[in-house]
Amino acid sequence: MPDPTATAKPPRYLDAVNAALADEMRADGSVIALGVDIGRGGGAYGVTRGLFEEFGADRVIDTPIAEAGVLGAAVGAAMAGQRPVAEVMYMDFVTVCLDPIVNQAAKLRYMTGGGVTVPIVFRTQTGGGRSGGAQHSQSLEGILAHIPGLDVYCPSDARDAYDLLVAAIRADHPVCFVENRRLYGKRADGWEREALPPGRARLVREGADLTIVTWGRMVPESIAALDALPDVAADLIDLRTLAPLDVDTVVESVRRTGRCLVVHEAVERFGPGGELISKVAEGALFDLDGPILRHGARPTPVPYSPGLEAAMLPDSEGIGAAIARTLEG
Amino acid sequence: MPAEDEDLKIEPASAPPDPETLRERLRTMARIRAFEEQVGRQFREGNVHGFVHTSIGQEAVAAGSCGVLDRDDFITTTHRGHGHCLAKGADPEPMMAELFGRETGTCHGRGGSMHLADASLGILGANGIVGAGVPIAVGAALAARREQAGRVALAFFGEGAVHCGAFHEGMVLAVAWQAPVVFICENNHYAEFTPSTGAWGGPGLLERASAYGVPALRVEGNDVGKVEAAVRAAVNSARAGAGPAFLEMLTYRMGGHYEGDAEPYRVEGEREEWAERDPIAAVDATLAAAGQDGVAKALLEEARQEMEAAVRNALAAPYPEPEAVMEYVGA
Ligand SMILES: Cc1ncc(C[n+]2csc(CCOP(=O)(O)OP(=O)(O)O)c2C)c(N)n1
Ligand SMILES: [Mg+2]
Repeated sequence: MPDPTATAKPPRYLDAVNAALADEMRADGSVIALGVDIGRGGGAYGVTRGLFEEFGADRVIDTPIAEAGVLGAAVGAAMAGQRPVAEVMYMDFVTVCLDPIVNQAAKLRYMTGGGVTVPIVFRTQTGGGRSGGAQHSQSLEGILAHIPGLDVYCPSDARDAYDLLVAAIRADHPVCFVENRRLYGKRADGWEREALPPGRARLVREGADLTIVTWGRMVPESIAALDALPDVAADLIDLRTLAPLDVDTVVESVRRTGRCLVVHEAVERFGPGGELISKVAEGALFDLDGPILRHGARPTPVPYSPGLEAAMLPDSEGIGAAIARTLEG
Repeated sequence: MPAEDEDLKIEPASAPPDPETLRERLRTMARIRAFEEQVGRQFREGNVHGFVHTSIGQEAVAAGSCGVLDRDDFITTTHRGHGHCLAKGADPEPMMAELFGRETGTCHGRGGSMHLADASLGILGANGIVGAGVPIAVGAALAARREQAGRVALAFFGEGAVHCGAFHEGMVLAVAWQAPVVFICENNHYAEFTPSTGAWGGPGLLERASAYGVPALRVEGNDVGKVEAAVRAAVNSARAGAGPAFLEMLTYRMGGHYEGDAEPYRVEGEREEWAERDPIAAVDATLAAAGQDGVAKALLEEARQEMEAAVRNALAAPYPEPEAVMEYVGA
């Protein structure tokens, strides 16, 4: 019997991902999961624990280390009536299996003139800042968001992890679902929040001084930066999904605040910030009181040494300094 | 279990290594063991960061394989590459400093455990991407072939890598180019959390390699003499222009996949069984039978002191200057 005095803790981010997978697999027999060590092993981070036991080897499919083949097969299965959720263990590894994502899944509906649908989810995770090294730490969501035909979801907390994964699995088009391993252990703060669909940004904080636009782990990092700056009042916008992109919410906010800072963990060079700044300039140029800035990682491979990595990646301190520059500009 | 009768073309020299050579290999193995023990300890202490994979139990493959190479031969290795680097001649002191993230490290703290490399020793890199080192070794062999200087390349990879495209494309190219490359497939029985034996059906490793036209041989990977004999035969034939070879080294991963792995998937009793075939104890027994007692103990003691010194120096070494983060990005 459960302890009556125990207060139910809100789920952690990884519990939310697990619950979304389990709920959708229960609700729809065509949902299958594939990936390296996701079945018996329960996933490199324990995210898929219990699914193999509940749904069996037929639906929770352990695969050899053959990502290009696995993702290609997932595309085929999707066209043939399944709803595959294929995992790429680290986002860095999408480079070994980009063809099924970029040239196949993303384009098939268009190339066939609507003749096929590809209801597929590519689940992956990122999370720099823990000395994972250059091949286990990258934020490559901008590469994916560049490709027409792909949706890209980047949840920043457990609530969104659940809602966006459910939406991704139900969608009839390909979705890249980018988790952040540094958030896996974080319990939901606002689990009771109403579900928002993909393509709708969330106003995390409101304030008149500037607009901060971000997603993923940079949301809590930006909150920490603002907490350290009690005199600054900002609209903090969590985009939640890069594609579709909620331009309206961002532009509407910048028109009110007159200043805008984009923050992301990906490197700045040709990063998603450039696209966002362009959209803000188009929509709010004449309401601006200063240049639109961005703060992302420096253009280097992610270094191993903790001090170098800290110098390369954005953090609350760096965001604070970028906020100051945005307000001065 | 080792099925040398599955030999397809390679004829390993049958004479066991002389006691002098055996002692030298034992020294290499002891140094790898001591290095890995320290890495585990220093990871738990918080001095080594990120993802760390050690090779305890697999030392004979590294020592025997690299033992037949020259300084200017090439190797590529994997996320589990400390042993291969040490056996190829890398100095444990900068290696340890690299794992500690220091400026004095092999890669100035930029790479870490999974990206150890030393071009001056022909070490073209450990790798965080499974299979990626295979075609890289083939390319180094292509360069070696053009030079006509008799250099060879060794690609170390795990049995888990043989399913991915990079491995298969690498094999195809090695055959097409008759490149002087030897594929060393270290079958340590696990790929992460998955026991490898029979995991994916289909023919075994040797059959796959030979189907590409690459001569293949299974070797008792915990027997450094057998490893060395097989690699020597393959390397000599590659140097002579006879093209690639594939060696499956049967060995066992005594530790977790990574440091901190709880290993719930480990097959019961297996580790104890393989502990009986410890590669260091095996050489020690051979030497003892030849009248040399206590060699392993002495060499391990010496190696442990060497690695303790490496740790002390790493701890005292400076971190890279944060302002230098952009260094080495471009040419
Ligand atoms: C392309 C790619 N997919 C997945 C991984 C994650 N991963 C790292 S090591 C490993 C298992 C490798 O097994 P094996 O090749 O047998 O080498 P071992 O770890 O046993 O030395 C996996 C799946 C990776 N690093 N790269
Ligand atoms: Mg293995």
